[in-house]
Amino acid sequence: MERNRTPVVSGWFTGTEEDGDFRLLGTRCSACAAVFFPREDAYCRNPHCPGGGELAQTPLSPRGRVWSYTDGRYRPPAPYVSDPDAPWEPYTLIAVELEAEGMVVLGQGAPGVTVADLAVGMEVEVIGGVLNEDAGTVWTTWRFRPVEPAGVTA
Amino acid sequence: MSADIAVLGAGMHPWGKWGRSFVEYGRAAAKTALADAGLEWTDVRSVVGADTVRSGYPGYVAGATFAQALGWQGARVTSVYAACASGAQAIGAARAQILAGLAEVVLVVGADAAPKGFFAPAGGERPDDPDWLRFRVLGATNPAYFALYARRRMALYGDALEDFAEVKVKNAAAGALNPYARYRKTVTAQEVASSAVVADPLRLLDICATSDGGAALVLTSMEFARSHGVADPVRIRAVSTVTPTYPRTLLDLPDIATDAVTASAPAGGPFRASIARAAYEEAGLGPEDLSLAEVYDLSTALELQWYEDIGLCGEGEGAKLVREGATALGGRIPVNTSGGLASFGEAVPAQAIAQVCELTWQLRGRAGERQVPGARAGITANQGLFGHGSAVVAVR
Ligand SMILES: [Zn+2]
Repeated sequence: MERNRTPVVSGWFTGTEEDGDFRLLGTRCSACAAVFFPREDAYCRNPHCPGGGELAQTPLSPRGRVWSYTDGRYRPPAPYVSDPDAPWEPYTLIAVELEAEGMVVLGQGAPGVTVADLAVGMEVEVIGGVLNEDAGTVWTTWRFRPVEPAGVTA
Repeated sequence: MSADIAVLGAGMHPWGKWGRSFVEYGRAAAKTALADAGLEWTDVRSVVGADTVRSGYPGYVAGATFAQALGWQGARVTSVYAACASGAQAIGAARAQILAGLAEVVLVVGADAAPKGFFAPAGGERPDDPDWLRFRVLGATNPAYFALYARRRMALYGDALEDFAEVKVKNAAAGALNPYARYRKTVTAQEVASSAVVADPLRLLDICATSDGGAALVLTSMEFARSHGVADPVRIRAVSTVTPTYPRTLLDLPDIATDAVTASAPAGGPFRASIARAAYEEAGLGPEDLSLAEVYDLSTALELQWYEDIGLCGEGEGAKLVREGATALGGRIPVNTSGGLASFGEAVPAQAIAQVCELTWQLRGRAGERQVPGARAGITANQGLFGHGSAVVAVR
């Protein structure tokens, strides 16, 4: 049976892992150029904004540099979804300072990327991925991976 | 003009895993603080509760819950919540009432009954709540954020795992001397190193536990303290409850991203440093005047960060300070003489109040084997989720 591919949060990214044009989506204030991720659609949060602007959807930089990284050696609590009967597989978490926005965005590492493959300052890119699957749905998300093949830059 | 208020009483219920209601811990702490002050509960004209949100409705209205448990007597009531900074908010509210002349004697109480394991968000499907989202989308636990900060310190400043372990060793040694601490055993660097990695690079003994516990303060006007026969009480001289400034560029719990710098450049330094700066400005003193500090060591690495943020040393020099022993008991500027979160485990709404209890005992010269000789001034520092600053300066 074909399952729906559904973003784990709607409106936060566009593209798929296959088409190679995956981007995180934020919003940008037309009055002050502030960019927000997670997207802010209701109001601009810059206290110095002159006001009167509109918040328009904007794709974020596809690349950035590792601000820091870690992993999760123990199963996190719900609402994180994992199979309680399967052995726990640690995932990698990467905080990435995006090139143009200067904002730090947190994401999981792409499958196979471990803390041993990473260093602060290393260039990484965002790609699509699957967070978890259930009976009817494949829940999609964003991931980061080193631009150079893992291990080469170390 | 003096904006001081007096700390007439301090009391705690020991930290641990007791399996009882937070109300019992808070009530016991309040009774102890009142006895310490030489006052009756019926002398209290205002009660401020730091909320215990994990314990349902009685926890959301903690001020009234504690007042009821102590016996309704008509006092003014306030309940406040600011996550880990709730205690400082409670002290701040009490202080404002005293300085405004609304109440002479205010009782501040916080208590927690903590769940086992990782702190988890409230239940249900709540995609508008960043705290829910970070678990659903990333599985990002609190220790994951502590680990991100720790790894970044290692990369930027060359901190070593041994430096982090030294913080635990230091705090465990102090906690072993504190009857209110949950963990009262000394710990070796070897024991830290051989504990399991929770979130690389932090090990189990680098990360604070969650605990049951309760803490309370009896705060009064300076005039009341004098009329009560206490000529030279410990005084609270500043309470900092500031928020960050935009754009905030340091990733913080529970956020998935920081602000962007596309509209304006960051100014005024990092949030944590601004918390202490506001406290120092209000108190009219600086880090060089401190005898001791109590900082929020959610992780060992975070304690080193606080050294820098409260101005005990320059940026990146925190590890050097702990290596030299400057922040240990007997050092130049002891930090977390109580044993810190490393020895207590976090009892969220009680913890910032407990920090002030430790300052009070130290400034009175009654901290026993933990005593910092001749202590005259201390600061507490802490930070609540979603941008709540928390720092208290107390002097003698
Ligand atoms: Zn704007």
